[in-house]
Amino acid sequence: MGGRIKIALLLAPALLVIGVLFASGLFAAVVQSLGYMPAIGQTEISFGAYRDVLTDGDFLNSFLLTIYVAGASTGISTVLAVLAALALRWSSERLSAIVFQLPITIPHLVAAVGIALVVSQTGLGARFAATLGLIGEPAEFPALLYDRYSVGIILTYVWKEVPFIALVVLASLRGVAGELEDVARTLGANAWQRFWYVVFPVISPGIIAASLIVFAFTFGAFEVPYLLGKTYPTILPVMAYNEYRDIELTARPVAMAINVLIALITAVFAALYLRLAKDLGRG
Amino acid sequence: MGDPSGKRQSNTGLVIVAALVALPFVPLFMWAFAGEWRFPDLLPTEWSLRGISYLADPGGRVFGATLNSLLIGASVALASVAIGMPAGMALGGYEWRFKGIVVFFILLPILVPPLASTMGIHLTFIRLGLADTALGVFLVHLVPSVPYTAIILTSIFAERTGELEEAARTLGASSWRAFVYVTLPEVAPGVAVAGLFAFLISWGQYILTLLIGGGNVVTLPMLLFSAASGNDPVITSALAIVFALPAVFALVVALRFLKPSETDEGRGFVGLGKVS
Repeated sequence: MGGRIKIALLLAPALLVIGVLFASGLFAAVVQSLGYMPAIGQTEISFGAYRDVLTDGDFLNSFLLTIYVAGASTGISTVLAVLAALALRWSSERLSAIVFQLPITIPHLVAAVGIALVVSQTGLGARFAATLGLIGEPAEFPALLYDRYSVGIILTYVWKEVPFIALVVLASLRGVAGELEDVARTLGANAWQRFWYVVFPVISPGIIAASLIVFAFTFGAFEVPYLLGKTYPTILPVMAYNEYRDIELTARPVAMAINVLIALITAVFAALYLRLAKDLGRG
Repeated sequence: MGDPSGKRQSNTGLVIVAALVALPFVPLFMWAFAGEWRFPDLLPTEWSLRGISYLADPGGRVFGATLNSLLIGASVALASVAIGMPAGMALGGYEWRFKGIVVFFILLPILVPPLASTMGIHLTFIRLGLADTALGVFLVHLVPSVPYTAIILTSIFAERTGELEEAARTLGASSWRAFVYVTLPEVAPGVAVAGLFAFLISWGQYILTLLIGGGNVVTLPMLLFSAASGNDPVITSALAIVFALPAVFALVVALRFLKPSETDEGRGFVGLGKVS
């Protein structure tokens, strides 16, 4: 009994902070998305904002863009991370930790600014292309910022997230996977067989868990697309923010409805991740 | 382990990865000290200290913004450790029912963007007079930082067996004395790193600060953001370098004080080292 009270007391401050500042904020977002805003005399509950949002072409465009940016960033990062981890598995543990931890720790904004200075039409890449005679003027270099394909955004995310996934993969490569692979080698398995039948099954739960985090994060992140994305369509969090800043108070429920949808989608990913992490912890 | 050829390949791989990691910093450092750098020159034709003097200008906005960022970040770090440590003890040190649900609840603000909840709570903050104040900004920064701190400290406490405390208790120490003299010194490096990460999370916040601070609370990322949306790469790069410094410092500390196994993932919670 005493133990249970002790645990409750230990957890209380953190649960209080998350409950009051986060959960109640989400609850308020739900309430406002239903049009309930007594401050401006709106006390009627309606699903109008959701109907507007879900039948609106703008929302669909933003939703598809968000899925595309998060999906492409996650997919490219995952593949490159596995390749990088496999390539670096025998290198110095300390050096690879430094190289991989740096982009993880550097703020997204710094990464976005640095990548922009590399890939913009007057950036380092364009200057090299001009020096090699491939282009004559900046405008001849492909537009990779504020562009249709969100290349600058995706590159920034890839730079930030590859090391994150790679560290997860490296940890399991240097642990159990390495030992099992040695056994497989002794038993005569070739390099491909060792990877596909031994190493990959061991590292894949970690890869999936890390990819889920990256997807959820890039789905809900604001700064990088706000800085490097074009003005229409925008990713969902930017769309929610723009609606929120609209002077028309009627736009408020729409902003909140988008927020609620973002929260629901990312919460599903959180639940999936936790299920996986639990299995990982046991294994 | 590993044959020599695998080792050589790995070192080549390391050089390539290191070069890609360093790539965005190359134009940042050159622009920060560039005087004139026209297209298509590969190097600036003139160097200047304009970026540096902008940063150091005592009448400029950088000094105040840096101070704001440092003060808010330090308060967030202290509060996050104070709030996250007991939670880490409960989650890492003990087994109990419904732990999975509590972990889900604590993890939620890491994966569900705090921007959504902050827009929802904004109205309440306005009513309580917390909007447009540093206190309000401090409070919303806790939303992403407390969960991270709790999760990092969970793994720190999960590593421990509690045998030393038991020995101290057997020798007559009170549970409070055992905590202060045995537990705390042992977890101190982990706690310091958790605090540093909490600081970094606060330091990196842009949109939460803008939303709740309403432009009244100016922090470094707001200067960087408006510079980056403008047309002066010299100022933007100088600000970006200053903005990146604490991350580099934190990295050095983390690599120095934590065992490799504690800086990378594992132990069930993949994503520990992730700072957004």
